[in-house]
Amino acid sequence: MAQQKILTYLPVLPSGELMGSAAELLGAAAQLGSPVGVIVTTPGMAEAAAESAGELGAATVRVAEHEAVGTTLTEPTVDVFTTAWEDLRPEAVLVPNDIDGRDLAARLSVRTHSAIAADVVGVHRDEEGIVAHHSVYGSTFTTESATTHGTLIITLREGAVDYRGQPVTPEIHRVELGELPPQAASITEFSASVEASTRPDLRGAPTVVAGGRGLGSAEGFALAEQLADALGAGLGASRAAVDAGYAPHSLQVGQTGVTVAPDLYIALGISGAVQHLAGMQTAKTVVAINKDPEAPIFDIADLGIVGDVFEVVPQLIETLKAQRP
Amino acid sequence: MRIAVLVKEVPDSYGARRLNLTTGLAEREASDRVLDEITSRAVEAAVSHAESAEGVEVVLVTMGPESAESMLRKTLAMGADSAHHVLDPGLLGADMTLSAEVLAAVLQRIGCDLVISGDVSSDGTGGVIPTMIAERIGAAHATSLDSLTITDSSVTGNRETYGGTVTVEAQLPAVVSVTERLPDARFPGFKGIMAAKKKPLETYTLADLGIDPAADVPRSILLSVTEAPARTAGEKIHDEGDAGKRLAEYLIDKKLV
Ligand SMILES: Cc1cc2nc3c(=O)[nH]c(=O)nc-3n(C[C@H](O)[C@H](O)[C@H](O)COP(=O)(O)OP(=O)(O)OC[C@H]3O[C@@H](n4cnc5c(N)ncnc54)[C@H](O)[C@@H]3O)c2cc1C
Ligand SMILES: Nc1ncnc2c1ncn2[C@@H]1O[C@H](COP(=O)(O)O)[C@@H](O)[C@H]1O
Repeated sequence: MAQQKILTYLPVLPSGELMGSAAELLGAAAQLGSPVGVIVTTPGMAEAAAESAGELGAATVRVAEHEAVGTTLTEPTVDVFTTAWEDLRPEAVLVPNDIDGRDLAARLSVRTHSAIAADVVGVHRDEEGIVAHHSVYGSTFTTESATTHGTLIITLREGAVDYRGQPVTPEIHRVELGELPPQAASITEFSASVEASTRPDLRGAPTVVAGGRGLGSAEGFALAEQLADALGAGLGASRAAVDAGYAPHSLQVGQTGVTVAPDLYIALGISGAVQHLAGMQTAKTVVAINKDPEAPIFDIADLGIVGDVFEVVPQLIETLKAQRP
Repeated sequence: MRIAVLVKEVPDSYGARRLNLTTGLAEREASDRVLDEITSRAVEAAVSHAESAEGVEVVLVTMGPESAESMLRKTLAMGADSAHHVLDPGLLGADMTLSAEVLAAVLQRIGCDLVISGDVSSDGTGGVIPTMIAERIGAAHATSLDSLTITDSSVTGNRETYGGTVTVEAQLPAVVSVTERLPDARFPGFKGIMAAKKKPLETYTLADLGIDPAADVPRSILLSVTEAPARTAGEKIHDEGDAGKRLAEYLIDKKLV
């Protein structure tokens, strides 16, 4: 029997590069069947992206380029996916669990009468079909789900899957966009974020340094940035630090922010509220520095340091520098 | 203009949230049930718009167990005009397909120009219900908005995407979802609480909405539930002037740097 097709959404950044989640989406797709990448961009952006998709394991790539992609929210992508779904009857559709991926999954599931598995952290196949893994209530429970029949639409949590596909030379199919519904929301403005950071993305980074309200100010938060850079780590923040304006919301770790599972998580001036722990408690090693010996973060820290971050962290950075000429 | 706000009751994240290891359903006794914080911000957005514009009516819509009724009364006290509650034993363990079908059916029945919801619920973390509803009722969607401007005919807002911020605009009817960047909800005053007792609260069953939960459509089903082992506390040291050095040694020792 031919391998089952797994339709995979590969968003393209304004720079023309594939979004970082492409590697794990195609990795998860390769675990399940034959990955078919889908790229929907404004004209001139797709060619290079399709080549990179091949390097990440997409044997086939469907490509659509249209001006409407830059001006109409979600609908162009839904249109391309609906046609691809009708042509290929994939066993699964994989999209990133980000705001664009979720909108696509939602519309496509209603349009094709398919079940959704949302915020999935892993996949496998058993005799009966595809099984999706979920991490529930801030990683305190693990569940598995499946669809009773039909295609399963999966929104995959970023940074959750380690498996990677084998590089191939992709077969590229160009497809046309159909007619879009007149009521779709329009995109009227785009402003690129200013701090295009050179730090690793928080979601996939093996080490994450996160700062909390204990850093006291935006200037104080720079200490977390310095440590992150000294360690080549991703940078995170608590909600209190985000609310106080020390860090942008995209860095928030926790229940209503990003969930991370790095090898090492270093929490600076973070108390360890349950909603923060929800986003990081599956890290392999947790180190916490806090001046309150009763801070709940110490209940889950492998190494807890009761002390002032402004004394401990500079000494840490200096010691590490001295060790590594 | 009529604005419907999708409000949801969830287990309080400050408590110990638990799943039943046999049924996979939330254990009601384990934690208090509260209004999902993000949906309280959605109510705030609707109510504050109603205060600043003429002829705006705010209705609350929820699907959930009996306990949701007192949540609805408390939320009506924030200034909404009426509430609509779908309550049916057939909804126990409903998947997202069924939830969206039910919510879309109530919304179509009561009729509205704008639906405001939270972006992601704190228990299910799906973040797909609002757009599924938009598809079902034939409306535009504009989700995960960090800001929201409502006029008589349209909604506008900003959303954070990869590489930047986009401004989106939808003509009504539309479904929008908002993030925690929107203003916090108000505390209802005594007058609001008294007034809420007399506000209309309507309950619907699945039969009222003409929905059959056993219909032969693809459903997401739960296969297994396991409890993750709890994390325990490790070593704790008090800084005596050398904690930075000791931490460096620890990280080097464990090959973490
Ligand atoms: C629905 C909901 C969702 C939420 N979602 C999230 C979420 O996604 N992420 C999140 O983080 N929070 C979330 N929260 C908020 C959460 O409850 C806490 O309020 C928040 O995590 C606290 O952040 P913090 O630890 O930085 O601040 P605080 O709790 O104020 O802690 C600051 C800590 O810094 C320590 N400190 C101060 N000065 C120093 C110093 N010089 N050196 C060392 N230590 C110092 C203090 O001892 C204190 O423990 C949510 C809350 C709700 C209700
Ligand atoms: N049972 C429900 N009743 C009312 N609103 C809901 C329900 N489920 C989801 N919603 C709305 O949809 C939003 C996103 O939920 P979800 O897709 O479950 O993450 C929530 O913030 C609510 O506004």
